[in-house]
Amino acid sequence: MSIDTTTTDTLTIGTHSLRSRLIVGTGKYASYQLMGEALDRSGTDCITVAIRRERLIDADGNNLLDFIDTSRYTLLPNTAGCFSAEDAVRVARLGREILLGIENPGADWVKLEVLSDTKTLLPDPVATIEATEQLVADGFQVLCYSSDDPIVARRLKEAGAASVMPAGSPIGSGQGVLNPNNIRICLEYLKEGDPNYPVIVDAGVGTASDVTYAMELGVDGVLLNTGIAHAQDPLLMADAMRHGTEAGRLAYLAGRIPKKLYATASSPEEGTFTAKPR
Amino acid sequence: MLVQVNGEDRELVEGATIAQLLEQLELDPRTLAVERNLQLVPRAKHAEAILAEGDRLEVVTLVGGG
Repeated sequence: MSIDTTTTDTLTIGTHSLRSRLIVGTGKYASYQLMGEALDRSGTDCITVAIRRERLIDADGNNLLDFIDTSRYTLLPNTAGCFSAEDAVRVARLGREILLGIENPGADWVKLEVLSDTKTLLPDPVATIEATEQLVADGFQVLCYSSDDPIVARRLKEAGAASVMPAGSPIGSGQGVLNPNNIRICLEYLKEGDPNYPVIVDAGVGTASDVTYAMELGVDGVLLNTGIAHAQDPLLMADAMRHGTEAGRLAYLAGRIPKKLYATASSPEEGTFTAKPR
Repeated sequence: MLVQVNGEDRELVEGATIAQLLEQLELDPRTLAVERNLQLVPRAKHAEAILAEGDRLEVVTLVGGG
């Protein structure tokens, strides 16, 4: 079996089809200029954005949109910073209004974040489910930032989430995938009878091997921001994350060998002519 | 008439609309969204949305985020 992953292996979430399995955030870069270059190097075609108050005093303040080619990227507005279902729904609607104004295809979806605690930035599962139900009823395709709890993941899917996005570890922590077993169970539960249901690891990814590892577990994509934005060289790290995503996806499709306790020789036993130890 | 825009008091003429407020602020309505007393006011309604004393407005746009 040969798969040309560059043309056929797309990531489908609801009605959206993405070429890259890496979704990249636009926050925390030293400058919007650097952000633009990093996005380009990452190979992504989907980027997350946040909704905030327009700065009314500083008219010369740089606008994110001046550094993004909105015909190239599908924007995924988030509800970051919301701590209630009510606020998350408000912010999602505001995001949709802005994306309709700039005629970006991302107007019909949202990355739902409903947080419960400023220290851990862990999601509030009950409020996330509530907000999902409301947003789905309002016509949104909802991508849910979640903990890696398989039961919560299943509830979110039942509430109508277009994708469940379990965190590998806390947002911005760079700890990678801390509980691969939970991610595996999330995958099993969410894809049971529905193998194309998209599951994305969102948050906690620190370096390329973290992305690769997540992809090797069989998730459909990875969403990250800080890992690139705060790397010492964000452009090189963007390259690394792109390759890491592709490597992990290919390895998943290829099927890894099982882990064994003891060695198995790679060279043939037959025809050896030298002495062996006992 | 006094309204609140993004948390700050602002004096507007009686009968001012959201469209007029945005014009006064020199903001491009295509790249922002406006909420009045917690309710989104769609772009198409800005010209007919007449503001009232004490209205609380949020004018929001896109920024970098993860």
